[in-house]
Amino acid sequence: MNIDYFFQMFLGGLTRGSIYALIALGYTMVYGIIQLINFAHGEIYMIGAFTGLIVAGLMTLSGWNSLSILVIASMAAVVYASAYGWTMEKIAYKPLRKAPRLSALISAIGMSLFLQNYVLLAQTSDFLPFPNLIPEFKFLKPVEHIVRSSEIVIYVTTAVVMVLLTVMIKFTRMGKAMRATSQDQEMAMLVGVDVNRVISTTFVVGSATAALGGILIASHIGQINFYIGFIAGIKAFVAAVLGGIGSMPGAVLGSLVLGWTESFFTGYISSDYEDVFAFLFLVFILIFRPSGILGRKETDKV
Amino acid sequence: MLKRHSRVLAISIAGMLAITLVVACSQKEETVVVQKEEVKPVKIAVVGPHSGDLASYGIPTVRAAELVMERRNALCGVNGRSIELVVEDDVCKPEIATSSATKVAGEGVHAVLGHICSGATKAALGIYKDTNLVAMSPSATNPALTQSGDYPNFFRTIASDDAQAKLEVEFALGVLKVSKIAVLHDKGDYGKGLAEFAKGFIEADSRGEVVLYEGVTPGAVDYSAVVNKIDQSGAEAVIFGGYHPEASKIVSQMRKKGMTTIFISDDGVKDDTFIKVAGEYAEGVYATGPMDTTNNPLAIEAVEAHKKKYGEDPGAFFLNAYAAAQALINAVEKSCSTDYNDIVNVLRNEWVATPLGIIKFDERGDAIGVGFAMYQVKNGAYEEVI
Repeated sequence: MNIDYFFQMFLGGLTRGSIYALIALGYTMVYGIIQLINFAHGEIYMIGAFTGLIVAGLMTLSGWNSLSILVIASMAAVVYASAYGWTMEKIAYKPLRKAPRLSALISAIGMSLFLQNYVLLAQTSDFLPFPNLIPEFKFLKPVEHIVRSSEIVIYVTTAVVMVLLTVMIKFTRMGKAMRATSQDQEMAMLVGVDVNRVISTTFVVGSATAALGGILIASHIGQINFYIGFIAGIKAFVAAVLGGIGSMPGAVLGSLVLGWTESFFTGYISSDYEDVFAFLFLVFILIFRPSGILGRKETDKV
Repeated sequence: MLKRHSRVLAISIAGMLAITLVVACSQKEETVVVQKEEVKPVKIAVVGPHSGDLASYGIPTVRAAELVMERRNALCGVNGRSIELVVEDDVCKPEIATSSATKVAGEGVHAVLGHICSGATKAALGIYKDTNLVAMSPSATNPALTQSGDYPNFFRTIASDDAQAKLEVEFALGVLKVSKIAVLHDKGDYGKGLAEFAKGFIEADSRGEVVLYEGVTPGAVDYSAVVNKIDQSGAEAVIFGGYHPEASKIVSQMRKKGMTTIFISDDGVKDDTFIKVAGEYAEGVYATGPMDTTNNPLAIEAVEAHKKKYGEDPGAFFLNAYAAAQALINAVEKSCSTDYNDIVNVLRNEWVATPLGIIKFDERGDAIGVGFAMYQVKNGAYEEVI
């Protein structure tokens, strides 16, 4: 097949991978800090998308222009979803911090189902049309057919989020506190790190990136419903494990690898087995490198 | 008939329900024991998705059954017995459908109106067969349900998928005169079955070829890989078997990419939700759906009744469900019985006037007198093209 087709598949995989990465970051950060798989994380992504839909709808009614709608709706989604992430940690995970790890895991699954059904009741079970927030540009002849402006926005946003997070973890006080907490919670507490605040911040930051992913993909695809968080969440979780859960570059790499695997298998073999191949690939990686592509060797966690 | 109705009416005004029953059934000369049993209402179960993302297919059936029930109950019911509905949600999931089926069978219903999705219907039918219950679906179109002969208790007021696939292929090759066709499906019982038939019909026809045959993953984050593949295959038309959520995503992504490939789909897509979600990208999409019956006075009446009670136009399969409810009640009335054999006998042999036309059922359970037509989205609404 020709090179043009290869690039289309490559960029399609990159789009998927970027979205997975924005969600996977939340999984991996929360796991890194408190060793919890936050299964309700996919729902935060969905709530971000819904917030975006509601805010964009209200702003369209009052006649704002599309760029300000994009910016304000994204900000609203980020703030609202972060508030959800923060509250979720306070009510569902904090009381269970000293409990066996399985309890928190079950609490997470319960939270996920609760949020799905809450949105189902509060909104509707139907698919809803999502406005195209990112204006479509016509590109020049050779790339016109291959890439859309919303995809470019997705790539750029993901890249910017990566850079900002890396800077935050490496150079800020909060980043230092996070690294300390992830190494040893009690020791960090003894040297004066406010562990509760660190954990809350982790949830807030993870939720914010997931919300960005939600609003961007909803605008790219043009529709949402209450169930979109489940599959995206599972895929992002797989990506985080693939890259090595607990590692931020690992989450991004795992997401891109998963996105490309799906895209190229669909493109060159068949989409009938898209998920089969993606998960087979996961099994192989885990057999030959149990800690994931960039993971640390820790065998006693979940 | 007239005489009987006026007698029934007069006596019911006097408030003597028991005597009403004797009068209504006296033509059949039933024994006293049977009359005692028949004081109980005729229970009809309505099972389908009433929540979840396919609720827009299930709710119209509940409403149709309610309208038919209210109308009949106002006219003294069936043979003097009132009609009662037992509504049960199966979310279109086979595993939930089996427990719904067990539940309604346990509640002593006399017939089942449902289920809506083919997969769920198939899962439930075995249970109804074991408990001697007639099930009539307004929408389950999988051919094997009737053609396999496994379910003598199954009837439907909609034509089967192969009829739909045949129409789609005929339309693409004969009317639109395309030759390269991509056939896609959503890997579900309904969509894949339909796509397989379409593929078979195209391959058997010298006018066209299948350039791509694939299943897409429902609920996937994005379909750009499949859309690129369609583009690459050089298909002039896509035939998609499945439901509207996937169809609207695929169509939108195709159109946003600037592809003008013709999109043909089935009655899983011939739903207003599809147009609402896909918006401008829905324009020009073809979809098969039950024949237009807007000129049938019974259909006009049923739609009017729906508008009056619910304040909106009825949704998918409403008329099929209305016809099914009428056929079931007619069978109970004509046979003056709620026995399985009696109901089946009437369904197979007696014609009944419904919004779909005058119908009865063939040996396999398919309705005689109903079929599909091709629709196209024009200015935000489906319009019949052939």
